[in-house]
Amino acid sequence: MEKHLLAPGHAMCAGCGQSIAARIVIDEAGPETIISNATGCLEVSTSLLPTSSWEVPWIHSLFENTAAVAAGIEAALKHTGKLDRVKVIAQAGDGGTADIGLQALSGMWERGHDVLYVCYDNSAYMNTGVQRSSLTPYCASTTTSPPGECSMGNPHREKDMIKIAAAHHIPYVATASVGFPRDLRRKVKKALDIKGPKYLQIFVPCPLGWRHETKYTYKIGRLVVETGLLPLVEYENGELASVRKIKEVKKVDEYLKLQRRFSHLFKGTEECRTELENIQSLADRNIEHYDLLLK
Amino acid sequence: MREYLEGSIAVARAVKLCRPGVISAYPITPQTHIVEELASLTASSQLKTEFINVESEHSAASVVLGSLAAGVRAYTASSSQGLLLMGEVLYNIAGLRLPLVLTCANRAVSAPLSIWNDHQDSEALRDSGVIQLYAENIQEVVDLHLFAYRLAEDPRILLPVMVCMDGFVLTHAYESVDLPEQDQVDEFLPPLELIEKLDPFKPLSMGIVADARFYMETRYAIQETMKECLVIMPELKKDFNKAFNRDIKIFIEEYYMEDAEKVLVTRGSVAGTVKDVVDEMRAEGQKVGMLKIISYRPFPAEAIYNALKDLYAVGVLDRAISLGSWGPMYTEIKALFHGKDKFPKISGFIGGLGQRDITRDNIRDMYDKLDWGEVPCEFINLNREFLIGARKYT
Amino acid sequence: MFVKITSKPGTTRGNETGSWRMGTKPKFLRKNCIGCGLCALICPEGVIDGKRKKTYYCDYNYCKGCGICAEECPKKDILMVEEEEII
Repeated sequence: MEKHLLAPGHAMCAGCGQSIAARIVIDEAGPETIISNATGCLEVSTSLLPTSSWEVPWIHSLFENTAAVAAGIEAALKHTGKLDRVKVIAQAGDGGTADIGLQALSGMWERGHDVLYVCYDNSAYMNTGVQRSSLTPYCASTTTSPPGECSMGNPHREKDMIKIAAAHHIPYVATASVGFPRDLRRKVKKALDIKGPKYLQIFVPCPLGWRHETKYTYKIGRLVVETGLLPLVEYENGELASVRKIKEVKKVDEYLKLQRRFSHLFKGTEECRTELENIQSLADRNIEHYDLLLK
Repeated sequence: MREYLEGSIAVARAVKLCRPGVISAYPITPQTHIVEELASLTASSQLKTEFINVESEHSAASVVLGSLAAGVRAYTASSSQGLLLMGEVLYNIAGLRLPLVLTCANRAVSAPLSIWNDHQDSEALRDSGVIQLYAENIQEVVDLHLFAYRLAEDPRILLPVMVCMDGFVLTHAYESVDLPEQDQVDEFLPPLELIEKLDPFKPLSMGIVADARFYMETRYAIQETMKECLVIMPELKKDFNKAFNRDIKIFIEEYYMEDAEKVLVTRGSVAGTVKDVVDEMRAEGQKVGMLKIISYRPFPAEAIYNALKDLYAVGVLDRAISLGSWGPMYTEIKALFHGKDKFPKISGFIGGLGQRDITRDNIRDMYDKLDWGEVPCEFINLNREFLIGARKYT
Repeated sequence: MFVKITSKPGTTRGNETGSWRMGTKPKFLRKNCIGCGLCALICPEGVIDGKRKKTYYCDYNYCKGCGICAEECPKKDILMVEEEEII
């Protein structure tokens, strides 16, 4: 059996998208990597005293300071002349990145630390029980954005972290999805070959929080791209450098129906139809904006 | 070498002598002059360090956490709101057993906003596992910083140490200071060698989850280490005295205590004024003395108890308050005498909040009041005029 | 005083999460396998391996039975079978 740098025996759920992505990231980075990990599912399920799933030096400090801790590690490596050999990865979930950790992350980008920051986007606070984050998609049901008589789930669109990252003019920003694991692997490698701050946001379905069958993790990771809801893009130095084209565009319904967090949208009411149209138009706008169609 | 320096500059020079590899800070008055000087020393390559300007105190503490975890000596400084914002991280640094040295330029806590000095900010970190040392004057500030690195990094300790200096009163005042030579400091403070650190050749995981089987023992270990400090600090003090040819005080300082009947317990720069008043009152034939607390965490309970036990009366002057209770030092000193057969009368005074003056007259008043009954929490030098018209319901 | 607050690398290998499976497990038929390696790449536990086509296997000590490998195998060469079935 091939020895991965994220060992089995961890406590991530069956079918967890994040466990796929995190293993691909660290395997690609290699053993001479130090990880700074935010509080979250990935952290608690891989580091229960007296064990750890990580084969590389790994630290968890707090929820919101992952990027700053990574910056400190990078500064220490710089001071001791080891930075040309050792890579630094900071990793967090969507809440730890786009909400509580955004300030420290912005600081890390702006100061130009040689760190790859990876956001595992499962689109809610899964570790605390599926509460809404600023990367929760429009209309998704979470425990703090439940649908009801006067609610159709999360009332807001997700924050555009990619453009926020790109606006820092850092050398590399990209999106990826576990549905495209080889693309993910390529992006990790590319990012780590670049000096300076890098941001990689990986779409990682969460069977528990999204209430989908565990076997559909990969499929959902593909559909989100094939519908246009998640454009796979790369920005270099603030400019759009590449997009992954879609061969055959799928309708958003096909993606949404697999996940019970959207089941309230399929009750056949007028309101449901309107919201489904709204979600479809979000995908359509992405397709147009990023010119995603393979012609 | 003896130089006439501002307190902040003296601290920066002392820190430079300790060769931190990473410095990270965020500006807040009255801490700024310290880090400005360090930035300037770095810019002119007199100090070889990574100087990281961050976007908050939370990140400043997190950056130094990261560098220490990777085995590189670090420094930060803050005050007031900044220290409170660091608070979460400082608890974390103590829990991770990382030997940070930081300076607290003591300042009041908002609201209302006050940039002026008291001890409320460092008191808020009292229970965090951070060792706290308080300085009376600039020489003491310098010495305590040198001592702090050796203490924090002692492999038997590995806890953060915060040197507290009164904002403005010490950070912005000038004194003639004796700064040691680099080789003296190098002799006293060897390079940082952490056994457990983030190292790809010896990987380990730090900052892990401890469930109910293990968490309590991690706190017990820090508590035991704080107690061990009381034994180890005198050893390190001997090394210090030898390296720098002077005698520093590390737990408490006693001033005219031998035959004293009434004593004020103080902390920080106000001790200087109290000493002056003691001199005056002694000249008048009054048997007064002063006890200055330097190490607040660990709390040198035995030394304080022994110093106070035979007195007639003790006043504890807190420059912070645990609102809804009493002065924090008062409470702890009072607790020392619980259940003892013999104990002094103990009164608590709250003074100098937000840099309200503590005048010679105020200090005399406190000594005089010790002849009366005990008071647990008397505010001194209140602005009575400002209180006219204050709403009150009982 | 110090107590252990760090963990040695890779030590979760002692937790045999195979006990989590809820009744089914993947069976590698090794008939139509083309050796694309997708199953190994996307196994959430990282416990599928194989050197070339028709050699892929899974470590049941850790497999949590999510079924992604069977769902996604492009040649439908992996089946989810009852836990009792001897493979």
